Amino acid sequence: MNAPVLIQPNRIAGKGRLSVADPMRFTFDGKTLPALKGDTVASALIANDIHLVGRSFKYHRPRGIVSAGPEEPNALLGIQRDVARHTPNIRATVQEVYDGLEATSQNRWPSLKYDIGEINDVVSPLLSAGFYYKTFMWPRKAWDKVYEPFIRNAAGLGKAPVHKDPDRYSSQHEHCDVLILGGGVAGLSAALAAAKNGARVIICDEQPTFGGALHFDTDIVIDGMDGFSWAQQAMAKLAAMDNVRVLTRTTAFGYYAQNYVGLIERVSEHLSAPSADLPRERLWEVRAKKVIIATGSIERHMVFANNDRPGILLASSARTYLNHYGVAVGKNVGVYTANDSAYAAAFDLKEAGINIPAIVDIREHPNAELVAKAKALGIRVLTGHGVMAAGGKLRVSSMSVAPVNGGAREVIPIDSIIMSGGWTPSVHMFSQSRGKVAYDAAKSRFVPGVYAQDCVSVGSCNGTDDLSAIIDEAIKAGEEAATYVRPNTSQVSISIEANGGNAWEGTLIGAAPGAEAGKVVKAFVDFQNDVTAKDIRLAVQEGFQSIEHVKRFTTNGMATDQGKLSNMHGLAIAAEALGKELPEVGLTTFRAPYTPITFGALVSHSKGALFEPTRKTPMHESEVAIGAVFEDVGNWKRAWYYPKGGEDMHAAVNRECKTTRTNVGMFDASTLGKIEVVGPDAAEFLNLIYTNPFLKLGVGKLRYGIMCREDGFIYDDGVVARIAEDRFHVTTTTGGAPRVLNMMEDYLQTEFPHMKVWLTSTSEQWAVIAVQGPKSRDIIAPFVDGIDLSAEALPHMSMAEGTICGVPTRLMRMSFTGEMGFEINVPADYGRAVWDTLYEAVEAADGCAYGTESMHVLRAEKGYIIVGQDTDGTVTPHDAGLDWAVGKKKTDFVGIRGLKRPDLVASGRRQLVGLKSIDGRSVLEEGAQIVEDPNQPVPMKMIGWVSSSYWSENAQKPIAMALIEDGFNLMGKKLYVPMANEVIEVEVCKAVFVDEEGGRLHG
Amino acid sequence: MDNSVKLRRSLPLAEKAFGASGVSVTSMGAGYRCSLRVGADDVAALSQALGVDLPQTPKTSARSASRIAMWLGPDEWSIYDSKNNPIDDLKNVDVACAGVDVSHRNTAIEVSGSLAAGVINAGCPQDLSLEVFPVGACSRTILGKVEIVLCRTKADIFHVECWRSFSPYVFEFLSTAAKEQSALAAR
Amino acid sequence: MLLIHCPYCAEERPETEFAHAGEAHIERSTEMNALTDEGFSKFFFYRDNTKGTTFERWRHIHGCGRYFNAARDTVSDKFLTTYKAGEPKPDLSKLVDDQTNAGAKS
Ligand SMILES: [Zn+2]
Repeated sequence: MNAPVLIQPNRIAGKGRLSVADPMRFTFDGKTLPALKGDTVASALIANDIHLVGRSFKYHRPRGIVSAGPEEPNALLGIQRDVARHTPNIRATVQEVYDGLEATSQNRWPSLKYDIGEINDVVSPLLSAGFYYKTFMWPRKAWDKVYEPFIRNAAGLGKAPVHKDPDRYSSQHEHCDVLILGGGVAGLSAALAAAKNGARVIICDEQPTFGGALHFDTDIVIDGMDGFSWAQQAMAKLAAMDNVRVLTRTTAFGYYAQNYVGLIERVSEHLSAPSADLPRERLWEVRAKKVIIATGSIERHMVFANNDRPGILLASSARTYLNHYGVAVGKNVGVYTANDSAYAAAFDLKEAGINIPAIVDIREHPNAELVAKAKALGIRVLTGHGVMAAGGKLRVSSMSVAPVNGGAREVIPIDSIIMSGGWTPSVHMFSQSRGKVAYDAAKSRFVPGVYAQDCVSVGSCNGTDDLSAIIDEAIKAGEEAATYVRPNTSQVSISIEANGGNAWEGTLIGAAPGAEAGKVVKAFVDFQNDVTAKDIRLAVQEGFQSIEHVKRFTTNGMATDQGKLSNMHGLAIAAEALGKELPEVGLTTFRAPYTPITFGALVSHSKGALFEPTRKTPMHESEVAIGAVFEDVGNWKRAWYYPKGGEDMHAAVNRECKTTRTNVGMFDASTLGKIEVVGPDAAEFLNLIYTNPFLKLGVGKLRYGIMCREDGFIYDDGVVARIAEDRFHVTTTTGGAPRVLNMMEDYLQTEFPHMKVWLTSTSEQWAVIAVQGPKSRDIIAPFVDGIDLSAEALPHMSMAEGTICGVPTRLMRMSFTGEMGFEINVPADYGRAVWDTLYEAVEAADGCAYGTESMHVLRAEKGYIIVGQDTDGTVTPHDAGLDWAVGKKKTDFVGIRGLKRPDLVASGRRQLVGLKSIDGRSVLEEGAQIVEDPNQPVPMKMIGWVSSSYWSENAQKPIAMALIEDGFNLMGKKLYVPMANEVIEVEVCKAVFVDEEGGRLHG
Repeated sequence: MDNSVKLRRSLPLAEKAFGASGVSVTSMGAGYRCSLRVGADDVAALSQALGVDLPQTPKTSARSASRIAMWLGPDEWSIYDSKNNPIDDLKNVDVACAGVDVSHRNTAIEVSGSLAAGVINAGCPQDLSLEVFPVGACSRTILGKVEIVLCRTKADIFHVECWRSFSPYVFEFLSTAAKEQSALAAR
Repeated sequence: MLLIHCPYCAEERPETEFAHAGEAHIERSTEMNALTDEGFSKFFFYRDNTKGTTFERWRHIHGCGRYFNAARDTVSDKFLTTYKAGEPKPDLSKLVDDQTNAGAKS
């Protein structure tokens, strides 16, 4: 660093654990500021005497840093690395400074000091509880154009980046015996005990360094060293053990069923120039046999008038800033408390040379020792007093103090107030595990009650206050967890010696004196959502009884901090207003995530090329080489059409269809599902699965089969080849392959387990090349060995095994075009080479490759159905004109009984027929509805819909298939297809448009 | 079976490989694979024919020479052989069973190195600790959004099988995770 | 993600390896043709949709491939037990007792 060293006015020499040898720079709203390595943005801002960091959500009031941890409700900043890496709403108390970090304040315009939205503060009576619900109700028309844009502009919390997220996010499944959430005294003690007893341990903590409360509580000595040093040593000891994984900067955000816990590890957010291979965050999906919850507790603020002024912080946070970061929160710090912890903070500040004009304690008789010590240090203690209001605007400048029971106010000038309303155990994870909390009335707190999962809470999150008790409880939990998971491992007991650490007494939940009911002051309960004590009383007054409703009406606890500071206060005020005991009102539900997490981490690898698998056939690259345009069919890329010389799709499809009927075309049918059905009962099994009879199908013969569900509706179709007495090659639709195999397995395993039949998916074993058209035999003949291709030896619907191009093949004489044709199955790795060889021959004969679009047209010209296009799950074989495929003599098959249901044999069912456009040129829209009388009033009676529709170059007219009520009896009838701009006249016909007799199949 | 073949065989992953510190992801060459389904009564006869004891304990495999038999289900095994086609050994077996050649259906990727298990755990939800998934363990399971068959051949070597059209996804998934975890381990 | 004990693999495996397959113990008649309309609709359309313990089928589709049955509490989402296809329904009262005891343990 060549620039002159900038002064950090609040950095106290000799305090804290950061080193002046590691200076860094960052910017805040464009201004360059100095920091030290290890600073958070919050500690660095305070070091530079900056408390004002943002404007509040609703009233746009100036706001400062309240805490030093993840509970922070106010100090939300935009952090920008580069143009694509801008993250809004980052807590300044969590984000570590890296050299070059750019931070910007949010929610202010034009600037932090002069914010136009501040008018909201003045008109705040209009914005009281439930204002969204009330103010913007009427007129309804104004919602889209006026209200919603206004709310969005005024109420925004930061700005989302517009660029694509360039970062990597990684994920990992991990299993362990014991997962420990929290790396404070309790978590570390439990981890040491569990790990020493052989358990596979994971311990995580959201901070960069372990220690929890030891970051600020310098009164504690463990195993002969100061608490923080002990924590670092314990962490190093654990990290060195093979059976332990130590995760820092890792937040447990969700606790799900069966000890499935989600952790987010922030990998590179603190680095100045992270490697491109390093993910920004890693999602850990941990499955633990036992979870030890050691999440500590969170200090509460005091609810008094203007308690949101910048410079007012939690007492323990002020202590963290001083003892860990070496930063004093002000030069002249007032103290307002209901709890002993603020005294410790005051003492530390005083001893660091900070002026403490007064400790204001609402209690009449706080701990006498503490009061004595304060006095000895020269600090004035006002017991039985309250802060009635804070003065100042962009920074707190005074506190107005008066006796709790009434009396004259004294205004004390200060530049910061530290406060403590007591401590709230962090039962978030316990509660997320579906455990039920219990109310500890003596200490006005909820603690873990009834457990729902294999977990245990230890330390202050469990309501345990005494340091030695915490350590004992944690060691016991660690040892028991290890023994529980590994009962046969010999037990090792450990002991940890600790001194110091006071069990702080005193609590206040709800409004402090001066902010009681009837007082018109802004005493904030929820800083981030701008909810005051008055708002909560108003909600009760308006009839809300349930705390869940009060929460939603006031939005208390609904901000990104999820009410970590505000929930207990809100609850107490609601209980008082309702005249009920607090436990009767109940706690709102804790939900994941514990703190905000990025979508990136949840999405993890599932984006870009890994969003979904892209499946390509073995011939894909050859198809690319000849200019195929592809379409997505499920996850498959299928060649859609093969344009030549600037053809559009229409021209290409016309040419492909024409060429195939008059000459030869080849088609990649590899995506068809294939199942090899093998075993002595194979024929019997297929006879039960398909509607068709299969027992008498000869070896080397093919049969088109239809498969129904038990309800009688078509489920899938395909061609079945009998390879041997006990071996069938079954094909399914492309999309139907997995579900058909699943259904067959289901019947085989559960309904027909006596049958000796086995199923194997061979969909991807075989590449399939369809060669279709009058010249198809001539094309393939030179390459085929061992198979007689003559019409007599290999008629339509038969197959043989031999070789093609020297490669083994199952060669099937079959057709989905109505032309003479072959489907050539070859082992997939040879597909491309066989395709290339045949394509050369096809091209030389002026044939072509055709894609899925032409395949659709060619089959529609023959009226062949596509399951899922011409059927919709309510179509029977009879409806589809395939009654011939239902074995009339069969005594059982899947769907046999369903087909006889009254509705399925009734008249008036929709039946699959052909449609001609009377004008000879209108190609109908697929999905279009059909009516009998186009002049009837709207809504018209629909009698059916168009399922398939194309221009047929071969028939030189539009062709369509449609499902129409009683369609088989409507041959020749005129019907109508009403469209947006016209009504198209159509005539019902048989669904065959080319070669009605079918002679072309048999060439 | 391929003696007369004159054509080029195009493997779905060709010779793709990715290497980073602590882990390699390598596509394996062509191998022979047989899907074998048979009832419990006839397991012994087929074990004899195949020259490898078909394992009957879930999540286990058995080896002999170039052949490995992987338990996939109570009546289902995958036989992999790098040299000889197991289907040839089933031709003269006189028991009711289903041997189906799936040599071209699947392809294999080897993941090796000290980070191998962690890399697979990027997308596989099973516990791959040596204690729960020891050497020789094999299982059909999930990797990301697709199905794989996973077999641990050595403490730090995994054989990953998948259907050929899913193999680009599986390779990309594994190499992406390998790159990241290698960078993570280097921190 | 739940853990489901597959009775064929004899261990708990992650839910993503499984597919749910509807209510259990609904047998297909060997005389389908002889079913009355009412009998068929009971077989095909009607399900209990129990609040509390339900018997359901799962398939270890991305594992051993087997269908099996499970008794699960639809309120707590907890599996009481799983058992092989074709085995009779387990004794419910005993299962609920076991579950209560297991809950008390933790
Ligand atoms: Zn299983």
